[in-house]
Amino acid sequence: MAGTNAIEIRAVTKRYGEHINVLDGISLSVAEGEFLAIVGPSGSGKTTLLRLINRLTEPTSGTVLVGGNEVHGGDPIRLRREIGYVFQGIGLFPHMTVAENIAITPRLIGWSAEERAARVDELLQLVRLDAGKYRARFPAELSGGERQRVGVARALAAKPKIVLMDEPFGALDALTRDALTRDYRELHDELGLTTVMITHDLTEAALLADRIAVIHRGRIVEEGTPRDLLASPKDAYVRELVETPKQQAERLAALLRGEP
Amino acid sequence: MNFDPRVQEAFARLPDYLGSHVLVSVTALLLGLAISLPLAVFATHCRYLRNVALGFASIVQTIPGLALLALFYPLLLAISALTEKLFGVGFSALGFLPSVLALALYSMLPVLRNTITGILGIDPAIKEATLGVGMTKRQALTMVELPLALPIIMAGIRTAAVWVIGTATLATPVGQTSLGNYIFTGLQTQNWIFVIFGCVASAVLALAVDQLLALMESGVSARKRGRILLGGAGIAAIVIAALMPVFARPAAAYVIGAKTFTEQYILGSLIEQRLRAVGLSARHRDGLGSTVIFDALKSGEIDVYVEYSGTLWANQMQRSDTKSRAEVLADVKAWLAEKYSIRLLGELGFENAYALAMSRKRAEELGIKSIADLARYAPRLSIAGDYEFFARPVWQSLVQAYGLSFRERRNIQPEFMYPAAADGEVDVISAFTSEGKIKQFDLVVLDDPKQAIPPYDAIVLLSPQRANDEKLIAALKPLLGAIPPALMREANARADGQGGDSSPDKIAGWLWEEIEKTKK
Repeated sequence: MAGTNAIEIRAVTKRYGEHINVLDGISLSVAEGEFLAIVGPSGSGKTTLLRLINRLTEPTSGTVLVGGNEVHGGDPIRLRREIGYVFQGIGLFPHMTVAENIAITPRLIGWSAEERAARVDELLQLVRLDAGKYRARFPAELSGGERQRVGVARALAAKPKIVLMDEPFGALDALTRDALTRDYRELHDELGLTTVMITHDLTEAALLADRIAVIHRGRIVEEGTPRDLLASPKDAYVRELVETPKQQAERLAALLRGEP
Repeated sequence: MNFDPRVQEAFARLPDYLGSHVLVSVTALLLGLAISLPLAVFATHCRYLRNVALGFASIVQTIPGLALLALFYPLLLAISALTEKLFGVGFSALGFLPSVLALALYSMLPVLRNTITGILGIDPAIKEATLGVGMTKRQALTMVELPLALPIIMAGIRTAAVWVIGTATLATPVGQTSLGNYIFTGLQTQNWIFVIFGCVASAVLALAVDQLLALMESGVSARKRGRILLGGAGIAAIVIAALMPVFARPAAAYVIGAKTFTEQYILGSLIEQRLRAVGLSARHRDGLGSTVIFDALKSGEIDVYVEYSGTLWANQMQRSDTKSRAEVLADVKAWLAEKYSIRLLGELGFENAYALAMSRKRAEELGIKSIADLARYAPRLSIAGDYEFFARPVWQSLVQAYGLSFRERRNIQPEFMYPAAADGEVDVISAFTSEGKIKQFDLVVLDDPKQAIPPYDAIVLLSPQRANDEKLIAALKPLLGAIPPALMREANARADGQGGDSSPDKIAGWLWEEIEKTKK
């Protein structure tokens, strides 16, 4: 149904103890098929915000809706099986092969062995890994980039409509990271996913996302398309945030033009 | 090749001892695992439970193994009495049950600690991933946490297995046959070959199990199924091979008890040989303490053993007066029959009374002939007794009758007391009148003019169920009145020799030949 929000966060507050407000009255919605990047510094509450969506964290007040339904009323296990989750630590199970890691959620929801095997091959191809070569390997035998590709494949295995990503490529070198982010964006479009990605890197967010929300001290301080945000930031923190990549881009452009 | 007959005898006993040892160890380990593993898993979720469980297991570990085993005997005895009262069903507080319970407790700490450490030590990213992919808590535990912690858990099981197998040797004094029977019997009869054999056998068993578990552990961490199967098959093979004789053995119809000293081992063997000679199946249960053995007879766990009239008179009947031999015997007989339906079949013919003894040289120096003489010098002298002596009523009776008060009081293993007195390491010892070492070490037994020590006639007791067992009585009859004091002393002296003929079985054989000679 067109116009439905895949995810809706309404006036959510998360408090630890009496005084520590991690999230302070946040409202945010993500349209179906949209790629939203949440940008913020360490400790801004961005990870907590993401974890509210698949109920790894519960809000102190406010509501979260996924696919139009309040998540609080449902079964968290079922919810998590319907949402892909990729995070920086990856968390591949070291005692399982690549194929077993990828097929874990399908296995939990009862797919047959044949269905799982076919899905593993399909996904390995999707994340550009040779199925014959990688299927039977253990995580310890993979490079960092390969591991995260498997992490993405595992998140997509049970055909989720929504994928949550928490600084998924933060620990990778620049080239691998660039390749992976671009590959993922292609997957997002091809599979019609709704993606919420967290990053502290505005450049990455700007090059990848349809829309950016900047979070600072537990509040969304500004949201908009990458273009709007870069061109005319309204909030003081956001202005500061866009300054560095803009200057870097201008200096690079100048260098390319042959200026000193 | 010609082995020392004691080595041959040791090997002959191996199937029985090893089988019982393995049975009690395996049962204890399985029971321990069945408690520790779930407890450890719960404890990973609850800090309070974790502290309590680990604290409890650590305290258990600080209790010496022998004491832990010994503690279970009175505990189970009390519980058994309670269930008997409430439900009319009691159970045996001796042997297998207390051993299994104590050893299971002993196995808990390494398993608890390693399982908890293994599960809590899992990379937080992996735990996050178990949630992210939609696992329930149970799925996360069985599919990820336990498999990842398994190498560490296995290491804990290994430690527990080695501890249990080693500590099971201490189950002998609570009546559980184990490889410890070699060690305890050997220590009592100065059969060092038995002691070494027992140590080596339990060490080999522990090492073999440890190495096979290590193989499984390495298989688990390297994900090599072959190694896990090989290790498991090896352990299964050991267990099956060891248990086969235990289960194949026809249940012996008669069980003969023996206390913890040489004379008892010899007489136990003698009775066993006599029963077998008339075609009855019999086995013996050695190394039982004085109270334990009487309780065992009362409850029918053993069928027959040799007791001493004065022990029952003082310990069980709580009598502090002293009567003549015949009067004590008659009273004891009537009391046993009336109170417990235990039958006093008859006396063997010798007395093994408590006595105080000194080296001849020292006694002559001081001019001591009787305990009355001794009392004057006692404050300057030291005395040594076996582990039971100073707790026995006979000691109270001596102290009261003569006003004894010594400078120093020590407990020494009976076998080492006699040489200690001969060397002057102690001045006075508690001796047994039938002991061959009195002569061997040139000691003198002090007179008891006030008759503070009751008579200690060796008597054969039958359990209530066997009180009228004609076959058993017929087999034992030839022994009654057949062992005069000199013969028993000679037999005991032979046991102290270091030759191959000094095993209880051999001496029992010799003793029977002597008995037959005198009858002809």
